[in-house]
Amino acid sequence: MSSVEYLKWIEFVAPETIVVAAALAVLFIDRLALREQAPNVRSLLGSLFAIFACLFSIFWMSQSTLEGIVGPGIVHLTGSTTLAKQLVVILAIGALALACDANFTPHTAEFLSLLLLSTSGLMFLVSAENLLMIFLCLELATLPLYVLACFDKTDKRAAEGAVKYFLFGGMAAAFTVYGMSLLYGYTGTLALSEIALKLGAVKPEPMLLVGITMTLAGFAFKIAAAPFHLWAPDVYQTAPLSAAAMIAAGSKLGSFVVLTRFTALALAPHAGKASWESWLPGSTPLLAILAGASMIIGNLVALRQSSVRRLLAYSAVSHAGYMTVVIAGNPAQALAPVLYYAFTYGLAIIGAFAIVSVVQNHFGTDAMQAFDGLCARAPSMALCLLIFLLSLAGIPPLAGFFGKFYLFGAALRSTPALDLLWLVILAIFMSAVSLFYYLKVLKHVYVFPATADKQPLNIPIILRCTIILLAASVLFLGIMPSIVLNRLPLP
Amino acid sequence: MLAWTIYIPLTAGLALLLTRPRSAVLARWVSLLAALATAGIAIVSMGNFYGSTAHLTTIVQVPWIPQLGIQYYLAADGISVTLVLLTSIAAFVGVLFSWNVEYRASEFFALFLILIAGVFGVFLSFDVFLLFAFYELAIIPKYFLVAIWGSTRREYGAMKLVLYSFLGSALVLVGMIAVYAVLPVPTFDMAVWAQTAFPRSFQLWVFPFIFVGFAVLAGMWPFHSWAPTGHVAAPTAASMLLAGVVMKLGAYGALRVGMALFPEGARYWAPWIGWLAVIGIVYGALIALVQKDFKFVIGYSSVSHMGFVLLGLASLNLVGLSGAVLQMFSHGIIAGLLFGVVGRMVYDRTHTRDLEALQGMGLAKTIPSAAAIFGVAIFASMGIPGFSGFVAEMQVLVGAWHASPTLALLAGFGILAGVAYSLRVLHKSFLGGSPSTPAWGKHDRGPGHGKADPISAPEGLGGLILLTCTLIVGLYPACLLDLIVPALRSPFFEGLLRPLIK
Repeated sequence: MSSVEYLKWIEFVAPETIVVAAALAVLFIDRLALREQAPNVRSLLGSLFAIFACLFSIFWMSQSTLEGIVGPGIVHLTGSTTLAKQLVVILAIGALALACDANFTPHTAEFLSLLLLSTSGLMFLVSAENLLMIFLCLELATLPLYVLACFDKTDKRAAEGAVKYFLFGGMAAAFTVYGMSLLYGYTGTLALSEIALKLGAVKPEPMLLVGITMTLAGFAFKIAAAPFHLWAPDVYQTAPLSAAAMIAAGSKLGSFVVLTRFTALALAPHAGKASWESWLPGSTPLLAILAGASMIIGNLVALRQSSVRRLLAYSAVSHAGYMTVVIAGNPAQALAPVLYYAFTYGLAIIGAFAIVSVVQNHFGTDAMQAFDGLCARAPSMALCLLIFLLSLAGIPPLAGFFGKFYLFGAALRSTPALDLLWLVILAIFMSAVSLFYYLKVLKHVYVFPATADKQPLNIPIILRCTIILLAASVLFLGIMPSIVLNRLPLP
Repeated sequence: MLAWTIYIPLTAGLALLLTRPRSAVLARWVSLLAALATAGIAIVSMGNFYGSTAHLTTIVQVPWIPQLGIQYYLAADGISVTLVLLTSIAAFVGVLFSWNVEYRASEFFALFLILIAGVFGVFLSFDVFLLFAFYELAIIPKYFLVAIWGSTRREYGAMKLVLYSFLGSALVLVGMIAVYAVLPVPTFDMAVWAQTAFPRSFQLWVFPFIFVGFAVLAGMWPFHSWAPTGHVAAPTAASMLLAGVVMKLGAYGALRVGMALFPEGARYWAPWIGWLAVIGIVYGALIALVQKDFKFVIGYSSVSHMGFVLLGLASLNLVGLSGAVLQMFSHGIIAGLLFGVVGRMVYDRTHTRDLEALQGMGLAKTIPSAAAIFGVAIFASMGIPGFSGFVAEMQVLVGAWHASPTLALLAGFGILAGVAYSLRVLHKSFLGGSPSTPAWGKHDRGPGHGKADPISAPEGLGGLILLTCTLIVGLYPACLLDLIVPALRSPFFEGLLRPLIK
């Protein structure tokens, strides 16, 4: 392999390289220059540097028109994968901005560095079309998250959450690898497009179906779809704010993109069928069951939560279900709606987590009662929380509404049309159920007066600006979804 | 110009929500002016509609989300203009009846105005997606209006109201997405949908989703139970809007989206709808007859009167449909008036709505003008000739008779029961007891035991405006029918009405 080829490869992965370099630079700068500073100054400067690097990476991608494929599907750059990378980095910036005033640890540089490394893993992931590469990227993205989840070493519950996350994650990775090895055994290739060609000639034998099931089970863990969601509530509740935001937003977007691509490319010959009248084994019925279970379990369990973070965690399970609906119903056209939905969902969930953590820092709890009278104590934050939660519930003109519509519409515009009607009906009704618990939180915010403490909340200025920016973009993307859609491949 | 009926309240509402002026006086004057402006626009554009030959006036039509064929398409025909006029009147009077709101006043009026803007948006949308977006936009303000400023069991009432609305819109969404999925070229333009001949088997299952989804909000039995609880829990202005306007959203959507676009489905299901409507008429009236709470009587009477709207729709002929639209207007005005009297004039003074307690108070002597307004209003509600209710319900009954005499007869029985509960509630609330009976002291929490503040100028003005409206329409119904009938004769409703007109 000549050196010229390597240079070309570097060009393909330049945005990721920038992020990785930033991850290392953050460590060195902190070690060399910021050792003596106060912790809050260190985290502020460090995260600003990391955000700057991410912005630079986005700028680089927006300037580059590079398209093409490297190796057997190692990196496949198209307009939509570049967009997906940019969206991942934007969500990572959201998570980094929340770390600006992190003061729970003296090791802020390591914290930021791990966040950036996980981001780079996700960036590789969204352009990977190769089984091995997908597995490596998933691990690169997830391993830092295990550490981040328990970065606050004084918190025993965080440690418990992280251990659960790690054990489930390790198990899921084993499933994925085993499933992939079976797929490889049947096809003799790792590239997704070739797998599809070879699988077309293979009958749906039991062992092949085991392989498909195992691989999908591993992905289901990453997207927190029921019944592989059990780690989510603990991690969402106890992980440090930025880590929770990254797990809930960026990591979800990356995993969904790769799940969509894997289903659409590799499993197309064995999609199967899951319409009301007839079922055939394949990826569609599996994903349909995952989607249905996630929506039912996520929404119904969320109804009973009193901790807002846990509530958001269960609602995250249900949102994973909504997105899986379209991957089950119409994988070929699923990428655009999944990207739009995962991105706007990520914005809203980061914002909601940020506000919850503000309240949590003030009261030491994220129980619903802590939100009483928030509208009088922090009117702008209350309004932003209203926007985030109603977007999650799918109320127009917020982004979540159009997102859901786009998902379900695409799921039904399959060939033949209306194949998964039963699942879409279930999804729409479950999303009506979800309005109940989102309104329950908002009831505490807007309806109940503050109980004892009526002081205005003290919110750091950067955090406040981030939250307002997130809320504005949720509103703006809801009114003008074309801005994202214009850049997506449409059927 | 009509589009400004959406933009003005929306801007005013958002401005109030974001700036939160501390002064309640400022908030209510801003809202009053915004409502007045919309009423002015509505009346002027109504004037333009008479004699105009075009059945549909396009206001604005630009691509919104071109990738999915969604347009920002506002337009108006005679039916829209009638309901826009109703909404602007109800909004204006609603602000007048909320003149005494002091608690978090700027938020109250902000939500009130945003709700109004959503309602105008629904009546003016000719793109199904846009219509649906406005329809759901109107749901959330209702929740907060009821939950924050409401009375009896307000959190329960608010949540029930919102979940019913949202479940209804979920049904509509299923139907809408299904249509989107089968169209070869995605579009949400109603005119295109109206011209597309969907297969009969498809219409037969999509129509009930869309129709019932909207009809939940119109209070169709057995999905009506949000209505009485919600109306009772809501603050006065909100119950005026809920009963007066929001229930019309449901009926309007059922007609415009459900029946006009899926005529085959409508014809198949019409008898079923007719029966549900008649059950609603009779059931609502009978339940109203035994209520102990003043506001529940009016709440159930709304269910009964909305039954006439649905019965008119189910008749599937020109007389019945125009009667249904006229009844939407008429009930909007009369229900607004009744809720205004109960909530603002009586409850805010006596702090009770218990009919037994009210009977001992002799309200006719303490607040005679309220008694006069209520007396006239309840007669209007009964359907006495000369008021709008008579014309509208008469048309509905004639239309229903053509479709099915049995249903018309049963609905006639509902009118009799209506007379009974109206007279009962009039007697119990205003005409019993005397001001000196001790009942006053027990319930009056305000100053001046045994006495009530006289009816204030805003209340009186609001009451008079609504009474005038119902009288004008009652004496000269052509002023609205000249708008409604041409709209129903337009190509838009051709698929629905053509086979029956000949």
